[in-house]
Amino acid sequence: MMTSRPAPPAPAIRAEGLVKRFGAKQALAGVDLEAPRGTVLGVLGPNGAGKTTTVRILTTLMRPDAGRAEVAGRDVLADPEGVREHLGLSGQYAAVDEKLTGRENLYLVARLYGMGRRAARRRADRLLGEFRLEEAADRPSGTFSGGMRRRLDLAGALVARPEVVVLDEPTTGLDPRGRADTWKAVRDLVGEGTTVLLTTQYLEEADQLADSIAVIDRGRVIARGSAAQLKARIGGERLTLTVADPRAVAPVGELLDSLGPHRCDHDPRTGRFTVAVEHGAHSLEYALSLLRGWGVTVRDVELAPPTLDDVFLELTGGAPPPGPVPAEPDAAAALTTGSRA
Amino acid sequence: MSAVHRIPRDATIVAWRNLLNLRRTPGSVIAALIQPVMFVLLLAYVFGGSLGGGDYRTFLMGGIFAQAVTFNAAFTALGLAKDLDNGIVDRFRSLPMPRMAVLLGRTLSDLSMSVVTLTVTSLCGLLVGWRVGGSALEAVLAYLLILLFAFAMSWVGAAIGLMARSVEVAQSAGLIWLFPVTFVSSSFVSTRTMPGPLRTVAEWNPVSATATAVRDLLGNPPPPGTDPGTAWPVVHALPYALGCAALITAVFMALSLRRFRRISLV
Repeated sequence: MMTSRPAPPAPAIRAEGLVKRFGAKQALAGVDLEAPRGTVLGVLGPNGAGKTTTVRILTTLMRPDAGRAEVAGRDVLADPEGVREHLGLSGQYAAVDEKLTGRENLYLVARLYGMGRRAARRRADRLLGEFRLEEAADRPSGTFSGGMRRRLDLAGALVARPEVVVLDEPTTGLDPRGRADTWKAVRDLVGEGTTVLLTTQYLEEADQLADSIAVIDRGRVIARGSAAQLKARIGGERLTLTVADPRAVAPVGELLDSLGPHRCDHDPRTGRFTVAVEHGAHSLEYALSLLRGWGVTVRDVELAPPTLDDVFLELTGGAPPPGPVPAEPDAAAALTTGSRA
Repeated sequence: MSAVHRIPRDATIVAWRNLLNLRRTPGSVIAALIQPVMFVLLLAYVFGGSLGGGDYRTFLMGGIFAQAVTFNAAFTALGLAKDLDNGIVDRFRSLPMPRMAVLLGRTLSDLSMSVVTLTVTSLCGLLVGWRVGGSALEAVLAYLLILLFAFAMSWVGAAIGLMARSVEVAQSAGLIWLFPVTFVSSSFVSTRTMPGPLRTVAEWNPVSATATAVRDLLGNPPPPGTDPGTAWPVVHALPYALGCAALITAVFMALSLRRFRRISLV
């Protein structure tokens, strides 16, 4: 740059129009992502939405059919080696060598990042301490618990103090303690200025950690923004109430539908109704007074801001079907046919 | 690529990791060592008696060496297939290391394995009466030739391991080709009694040339009455064996690397 003013910092992760196809299956149909430096980008989506494909492209493990991406200011197609030097990846399935000890695993990764023997040894010791793995450091990692293996894998991703860390479902299958540890590690990283891309199926995780969230479904980003923005997008609060009497289901459903533009969901198994309402307290009072007048007993009532689950179900159209589950008669029919055959 | 100078360094590190793995799975190492020892004993005492007795046992060892290191190619195939399967290769691929180092690391660690195999097989040979007849320098050259051939065969194993779609396929595909390749040769018997076309195949088989060149260098002549023939690769066993090792290494290294790049970038 000729000017004295520094150029605005490029985002640490930028992807434009990523397309990937596996045979007949369109895994990615044009994914755009952006994460400014020092932030956490949460990529949220169900299984098979394209999260892992996106991760593999950004980490240079796979080439997109179309589109471009930059990680740490380097193009993933033109300069994959450069990307790898500034990137740490922790995969969905912890890629640790089971026969090597925790210490050896980290030493191996450090050496392959180009560190000398002593620096690698020191870095391995340091990370073992940070990730509470000292006691197990000299045991083969195959004997580690699931949580310890994940911590070791995560430590491996951080060996070279990379600018960008990509975590593919880092807490899938972890117990609450392991999850809390991972969350803390992510917060510490961001505190040090690292940019993190995190894929997850857990909305709570994205809510807790991510500065911005991209919701992916069927290979497309169907919504993006902060957790608050996404919640605001579907508006209002959630009114949840449970009635015991099955005869009340129809009138209660009609009543809740009439509260505003949103239709209510009813879970026949638990008897619980859920509806999005614009004026929470008012709607609650109104509904309860009517129900009292009809003599319907309300077992349980709750008014809450929407969770990311609500956002997600609404955006992906995966809301539970209202009324009785239609699969059952079909399943019964299939069984009958099967026994006849 | 600027990373070329890192290939030997990173390959050594990967080889270190592979050897640690081998050391911690002693069962598979022992199994791999039992096989050549078993062949020495079977051939020396079951077949050897009718093939020339003590003279045959001296002749046999060159063939055993060639066969034993060829069988180590199955190790390479299985090792690479396992690494691809358990995610460690994904870890390697996300690191700023040359792709080639992953493959070279594997073939180098299997070369160390071949050194162990050769040591055990040689000791076993000494026990059954085999002796080095030539000079020490020639003996050193003989072992170097065997290791060169081992390295070449390891690259064949690497290509098979990378083509296999699963560990099970790699395991069986890595083994079956070894039997015809090592037996349709002059490793254990004279090619003279083989039918015409098979004899030609055996004479031109790099395993035969390696075994013959090694016998020449070790001063282990064929038992009396067995005519090795006058085919070009028999008469020029050493240059032919060296040429084959170089060619096999070059071809299968290129094939493996291309295949590895392809699976890396699905």
